[in-house]
Amino acid sequence: MKKVDVEICFGTTCFVMGGSHLQELENRIGKDLKDIVNIIPQNCMGLCKDEKYNQAPYVRVNGQIVDAATIEKVIDKIKREIDE
Amino acid sequence: MSNIKLTSNLNKEVLVKLIQAFESDNFPNSAHQIPFKMRPKHSDPQYRCCIHKERAAIRERVIAGLGFSVADDDQAKLLTEYAEEALKRTELSSEVLTAIDTACKGCVPVRIHVTDMCQGCVAQSCMISCKFGAIKIKNGRAVISADLCKNCGKCISACSYSAIARLRVPCEEVCPVQAISKNGLGVVEIDFERCISCGACVSGCPFGAIHERSQLVDILKAIKSDIPVVAMVAPALEGQFPESISKLATALIQAGFSHVIEAAEGADLTTAHEAAEYVERMGKGEPFMTTSCCAAYRELVTRLVPELEEYVSETPTPMHYTAEIAKERFPECITVFIGPCVAKRKEGLYDDYVDYVMSIEEMGSLFVARHIELSECEDYKFTVDSSSEAREFAITGGVSRAVSSAALKGTEVDSFCIDGMDKKMIALLKSFAKKGGCNQGNLIEVMACQGGCVGGSSILNPPKSATKKIKDYAAKGQTISKIPEDIHA
Ligand code: FES
Repeated sequence: MKKVDVEICFGTTCFVMGGSHLQELENRIGKDLKDIVNIIPQNCMGLCKDEKYNQAPYVRVNGQIVDAATIEKVIDKIKREIDE
Repeated sequence: MSNIKLTSNLNKEVLVKLIQAFESDNFPNSAHQIPFKMRPKHSDPQYRCCIHKERAAIRERVIAGLGFSVADDDQAKLLTEYAEEALKRTELSSEVLTAIDTACKGCVPVRIHVTDMCQGCVAQSCMISCKFGAIKIKNGRAVISADLCKNCGKCISACSYSAIARLRVPCEEVCPVQAISKNGLGVVEIDFERCISCGACVSGCPFGAIHERSQLVDILKAIKSDIPVVAMVAPALEGQFPESISKLATALIQAGFSHVIEAAEGADLTTAHEAAEYVERMGKGEPFMTTSCCAAYRELVTRLVPELEEYVSETPTPMHYTAEIAKERFPECITVFIGPCVAKRKEGLYDDYVDYVMSIEEMGSLFVARHIELSECEDYKFTVDSSSEAREFAITGGVSRAVSSAALKGTEVDSFCIDGMDKKMIALLKSFAKKGGCNQGNLIEVMACQGGCVGGSSILNPPKSATKKIKDYAAKGQTISKIPEDIHA
């Protein structure tokens, strides 16, 4: 099975706006997801400077942007990616 | 549980907008527009019933961000006027916290609540038990009238099904000194005579209704002037970002500060003097000494537990020493202490060497507003390197460890830590004062926040991650030397 890439932005804007919580993602994804998820910490992904996107912190799941990212939102997105 | 909540994001958003407004051509006008920009016409409300309520709450957050009290607001005054006043002021208020009325009203209008477990029984013992006629039975269920209920709780014990519950008011629960309560209008009031500025309510309120009265405008004004402004960064700051404190210092320079000093440099002086004081006091046969660097604990003693006064170390805090160093090293400078603590604002007001205090949230918002990216910053070269021990001042146990390492050979320091100052811990401290002794140790380190300053109310990084980073940084430092013979308390 192809792995799901989860890029977490730890750039300053994202980190300040609540991204620090996403450090816990690795411990929070259940056993069922652990082996299929590839967590990639990133420096500023440039999204915070783009007016088009709504709200830091940002995470990219298989290239798709999750804004105002929380652990729950990201896990949800990962599950939807797997189902597809 | 981590004490960073989503509510603090809303607050940071407001602060970012406020900083951007300050940089615009017309600060008062731009400040006035913040609620409308954040909730434009036809946008969807995010937390409340309508955008008008949200704008009202944002407006009050802006008032706090400009440094004013929301309790004194008459709602008719424009944010334009507040901004103008903030620009003109030269003095800071002595009250460091303020409650956001509109946010507070979202929580627990009545404390006594009939749950789904109500069976609509024939006995109607709840109704009979209520002396105020506040309970009626409607459609086979007990209903409490908010206007009549006096929260006495008689009905709770009267119900045979345990179907009536008392809702907790989080700020009242977490305040260790009963300085905060909801009034009859359902809005929280702070008793500033009792308040020790520990920040427990700031972290504890799920609606983010308790705010620090920011000094941001005053600081931004100073930065814009020709006078050098020195940022004094608390040891807790090392744990706040994935990057090192030396990159953070460069980020502060990019944000407009002239110089950066680690408050850990001052902490080394605190350690040396406190160790000497400890040795001297124990030599005189005193039963115990408590540390003095936690500003909320200091406030507690002054305001509510004067009987502890004689046991508190008289050694100045790291913030004080650092500010003294700053004023000497950079004559005529303005000093700004940056840390996670509400009570340091209070300490800063009393200390002639400290001009302003900034929270970590405010500093973070400054980076966001100015698009400063820490990973792209160079390393800053601090004038003096701090010791390993000083770097750990922000973690419970760090201060007493530092004093032990510095104390003269042959003194066995027997330390005991109060890790988080809740009602129980305060009672314990009182009992030490009453007995004139402490059987747990003779150096008592008091940290109002659990885990130490890393658990403060304006942190960005959860304490666990921050603690680990600080320990790694401390491991790279030099250990503090023993106190020289000529130093006296
Ligand atoms: S900091 Fe995350 S996109 Fe810039």
